[in-house]
Amino acid sequence: MAELPDDVKGWIGKKLYEQWGEFDVERGYIFTTCASVQNGNPLFWDEKAAQELTGGFIAPPTMISVWFRPHHWSPGRTEEAVPLQLHFDLKKRLALPEAVMTDNTITFYDPVRVGDRLKTYQVLRSVSDEKQTKLGIGRFWVLDVEYENQKGEKVATESYTGLGYRRAS
Amino acid sequence: MSWKGLTLEQVKAGQALPDLPIDVTATTVVAGAIASRDYRPMHHDKDFAVERNGVRNIFINTPHNAAFFERYITDWTGPKGRLGKIQFRMKDSVFPGDRMVFHGRVEKVETDAAGCGWASLAVWLTVGEKTTTECTARIALPVSADDNPWKRRGDDWRP
Repeated sequence: MAELPDDVKGWIGKKLYEQWGEFDVERGYIFTTCASVQNGNPLFWDEKAAQELTGGFIAPPTMISVWFRPHHWSPGRTEEAVPLQLHFDLKKRLALPEAVMTDNTITFYDPVRVGDRLKTYQVLRSVSDEKQTKLGIGRFWVLDVEYENQKGEKVATESYTGLGYRRAS
Repeated sequence: MSWKGLTLEQVKAGQALPDLPIDVTATTVVAGAIASRDYRPMHHDKDFAVERNGVRNIFINTPHNAAFFERYITDWTGPKGRLGKIQFRMKDSVFPGDRMVFHGRVEKVETDAAGCGWASLAVWLTVGEKTTTECTARIALPVSADDNPWKRRGDDWRP
């Protein structure tokens, strides 16, 4: 069984990939998300409901990760940008070409409001030994993503379990 | 104006949420990938999904799955329902051609020390006989017609 490399052990518990969102939270993406699941909650569509219940338009809480997903292209970028960079770093460093997310927990704090600019960072919590899974031999890892608004208020904490694997030949 | 929705006293442990069936198409999958700017090919390119991922088609991604669960839960609660926590485990993927059905049950009803009403839910997604995703959620509900969980901040909000 392959030992976990020392540099990967060193990533555990460190605040990594601290970054600001590329753009303010805006209603276009909120509509696109709501439309993709036919979510008619008036908080996202009806100004009167939003004003009365949430003090203005907010974003669907489960959209939290969406505000940090990179666009497919941007000027000057030379390498492919990926969401959850730490997940992709693990795949590459551990030579596990395929990966899926198995568990996702999101805890919601202050609502994300239209016009907010959010900040995030990622923390690797653990990496398992190699295991035989139904997809192939691989490792499970747990990583947390913390989110704050421009006032430093916590808006969400997200925890993912990923499985990186090599397909059985 | 009073918005249609549940108050805590209308919710009991053991109560079932109404099922929500959705027929999944390739457009469903791609709409979720677009909404989350997820350009990974297994969510839009069937050849890649089959040849590289070893699955039978493109499949619904994680943020889209989360958005469906949120919609399912808040369709039931109404707009005053405020999610505190959602946890889900994807056991299998959902593909075009599948009829996915959301199911839910109230596990526990409580009021916390700050006076906030909570319902703990078990929610699960099936395709045919198979459960593809299991979810638990904790959602705040108004304790009276005048209450609004969205007004809670700081120590009054304990998700």
